Amino acid sequence: MRRRTLILGGAGLAGAFGFTLGLGAWRSGDLQGSAPDATAANSRADLSRMAWRLIDDRGAPVGPQDWLGRASMVFFGFTWCPDVCPTTLMDIADWLEGLGPDADRIGIAMITVDPQRDSPAVLAEYLSNFDPRIRGLTGTPDAVATAAAAFGVTYARVPQSDGDYTMNHTSGVFVFQPSGELASVIDFHEERRFAVPKIRRAIG
Amino acid sequence: MKAFALAFGYAMVLPTLALAECPGVTAGELTVSKAWSRVTIGTQRPAVFYVEIRNDGQTDDRLIGIETSAAGMPMLHQTVIKDGVASMPHAAAVEIPAGQTVSLAPGGYHGMLMDLTRPLVEGESFPVTLTFEQAGAVEIETRILPIRAQEAQCDAER
Repeated sequence: MRRRTLILGGAGLAGAFGFTLGLGAWRSGDLQGSAPDATAANSRADLSRMAWRLIDDRGAPVGPQDWLGRASMVFFGFTWCPDVCPTTLMDIADWLEGLGPDADRIGIAMITVDPQRDSPAVLAEYLSNFDPRIRGLTGTPDAVATAAAAFGVTYARVPQSDGDYTMNHTSGVFVFQPSGELASVIDFHEERRFAVPKIRRAIG
Repeated sequence: MKAFALAFGYAMVLPTLALAECPGVTAGELTVSKAWSRVTIGTQRPAVFYVEIRNDGQTDDRLIGIETSAAGMPMLHQTVIKDGVASMPHAAAVEIPAGQTVSLAPGGYHGMLMDLTRPLVEGESFPVTLTFEQAGAVEIETRILPIRAQEAQCDAER
């Protein structure tokens, strides 16, 4: 464990330099290596062929077929996450702004990887701080696992030293065409100038 | 009327004071500035701490810890994306190389404030003490920004 911390610390050093030089360099440098793999692993994701049932933050049941007929953006996260999730939610808000009126032609959902803490009510309270068009989805641990597997998403619980825990999880945003076919995956920290055209193509 | 004038006076003074905090504090060759956090919903979720550290010296330094009365367990973490998966490993230290500026910022290094002692309320601030290997301890007021904030709300940089 100690050795692992040291290795990660080394990676952190590289990260720190990237930050110093500017986020742009860090974004393209660090993420390009992982992006094709992440995309390839999920390239066959298709909402029309998925089978999962979750509950949204208003308590309504939701399945993948409910999203067909209009483009959709889906990502996995959890509300106990202090850094990645607020950033992703703000990135999405930024993309929606970039889309202008087209933003109303796409559905957006965050599926929690932490159903134990993220009940519909908790999701609703948290997401109310962000764009009102973003729905939160949760369910039983099994239902969430089924959904994650359909997207090729991985997640894992990581215990913290205070007895609490955090979650590792696939961080990209999946963009689906109205047919349910995957159009693209937008990586964490992808620049708006790349993200917005990807979404626009999916909307059609 | 007098009360109104007083209240108005405070309203005028407070933002100025907040801005005045932005230039930061120094310890040796280090300047620490733009410390900010986000509003929390209650005390159960961990809060975040972001800051900018400039090293004007000839010697490398390292940020080795943070302390605050706002949280029982403040720690340095780093968001790492590997094969598309985000994780947040504990960072034993953050290197502050000579002549460089290092940011704890969204999507990278950040302080994770666990076991909050009280909810973080927008507009308020709390002190955080940063401990550096060479420069020692530095305390900075950390502004609590809206949950949607993505960067410090001050551009005053000396």
